[in-house]
Amino acid sequence: MGNTSSMLTQYDIEEVQEHCKHAFSQQEIVSLYQRFCQLDRSGGGFISADEFLSVPEFAVNPLSQRLLRMLDGLNFKEFVAFLSAFSPHVSLQQKIEFIFKLYDSDSNGKVAFHDMLDVLRDLTGQFISEQQREQVLTEVLEEAGYTKDSMLVLSDFVKILGSSDLKMEVEVPVD
Amino acid sequence: MARTSGKLRSSSSGLFSDRPEVEDHLSLGCSVSEPPPKLQLRDLLDITPSLTEAAGAIVDDSFTRCFKSNPPEPWNWNAYLFPLWCFGVVVRYLILFPLRATVLAIGWIVFLSSFIPVHFLLKGHGTLRKKIERGLVELMCSFFVASWTGVIKYHGPRPSMRPKQVFVANHTSMIDFIVLEQMTAFALIMQKHPGWVGLVQRIILESVGGIWFNRSEAKDREAVAKKLKDHIEGTGNNSLLIFPEGTCVNNNYTVMFKKGAFELGCTVCPVAIKYNKIFVDAFWNSRKQSFTKHLLQLMTSWAVVCNVWYLEPQTIRPGETPIEFAERVRDAISKRAGLKKVPWDGYLKYSRPSPKQMEEKQQSYAAAMLQTLEVDAK
Repeated sequence: MGNTSSMLTQYDIEEVQEHCKHAFSQQEIVSLYQRFCQLDRSGGGFISADEFLSVPEFAVNPLSQRLLRMLDGLNFKEFVAFLSAFSPHVSLQQKIEFIFKLYDSDSNGKVAFHDMLDVLRDLTGQFISEQQREQVLTEVLEEAGYTKDSMLVLSDFVKILGSSDLKMEVEVPVD
Repeated sequence: MARTSGKLRSSSSGLFSDRPEVEDHLSLGCSVSEPPPKLQLRDLLDITPSLTEAAGAIVDDSFTRCFKSNPPEPWNWNAYLFPLWCFGVVVRYLILFPLRATVLAIGWIVFLSSFIPVHFLLKGHGTLRKKIERGLVELMCSFFVASWTGVIKYHGPRPSMRPKQVFVANHTSMIDFIVLEQMTAFALIMQKHPGWVGLVQRIILESVGGIWFNRSEAKDREAVAKKLKDHIEGTGNNSLLIFPEGTCVNNNYTVMFKKGAFELGCTVCPVAIKYNKIFVDAFWNSRKQSFTKHLLQLMTSWAVVCNVWYLEPQTIRPGETPIEFAERVRDAISKRAGLKKVPWDGYLKYSRPSPKQMEEKQQSYAAAMLQTLEVDAK
């Protein structure tokens, strides 16, 4: 595995960099490739759900199943594009887009009450009743000027989250 | 009223399956006297803390780092280095290896031809037989060590066979046992392996004493704990050598020590082992190679160089839990051998983390949401 940088040609690195819109430096892409190969133990060119779950820190995360749906079958180029939302060089808009995509599980461009409830259920598990969850969500929605039947689109998310100091960054170790 | 972010935060790491529930710290950022601020829509929708943790784990995690075997650095080939390297390969494979294999074969012959007769002929003479067998095992281990040109430096007072003590060491490969056994005949607790290794385990360790365990059996832990206690209480048994990590780690890190060895109510003598990677990487990556391949790799390298430190025996302090005791000993061993500590259970190599850890995070989120309802009710 120490020779993987020789398996990624300069051309490959530039192509990946283009695809992720220069969210990562070339060195970071090489590091990510080493990590990708380390996780992809079966060598199939993509990281299976099982291989992701073998990272205990990932497996104990409440959003792991949701993220796995987005990570399913990604090749390396797409993997880097996925992670680009966590780069410090990427705009707040792109980060909010990522969060929106996570909520919008049926990818119809709209986030409904039940979508938000689904994510809350993942995050809180059995420690709060469904009824209480709905109650809290309805309340905060109404306070923000929406209703239970509102369908939120990306611009709504930008309005809601855009003003907060969103911190969504991950550092790629480069040795 | 102080303005607070009111963000929902999950509990941070420090997760072990043995530990009791960790107290969650909700960072709603308010003092006790003020009512907690109300959650707003953006607080509920803002899942960035969890997302960032997940992405961080994808990019790099401390657990996988423990089992990464270091690949040998590729040399810069040029006119004089390449022939030198080729020469080195020839020497290692065609001269050293046959020599070593012969040494090992001689060792086995000497050992078996002495062990088998002694084992059967001296059946009645328990203590004498045990003594001879112990010496033979130590001899066999020396043969093994010679077969890899092992250069082992022992530091600290040699272990003395006293009752009511166990030895614990960090674990890099099955050869750890051989390295230590060369000096003193320990009894071992091990996972039964298939193939010739299992056979060897059974034959030889019948003489020095051994306890079997099975990682995959859930109920096994209590049975093993009882066996451990019986062994220590029994007289005439060799001191037990335990590897509390429970699995092989790559000699740069230590994973959590299992508390089993630390709740037996006896003295614990820590032993630190550090292999010098310049000569060969002694880490047995059981996911990547079989033990046979691992041994062959060792026998075709230049040498196995390592340091063994016998550290000061420790006993549990009043008011200390076995887990804290285990951590203290792990601290001492890691410091001595220059290893970094990692808060994960080694068994996560073979199984998924228990749902308890995810539930802790979920519980703190839920608590924050419930607090909002309470505020409304007031």
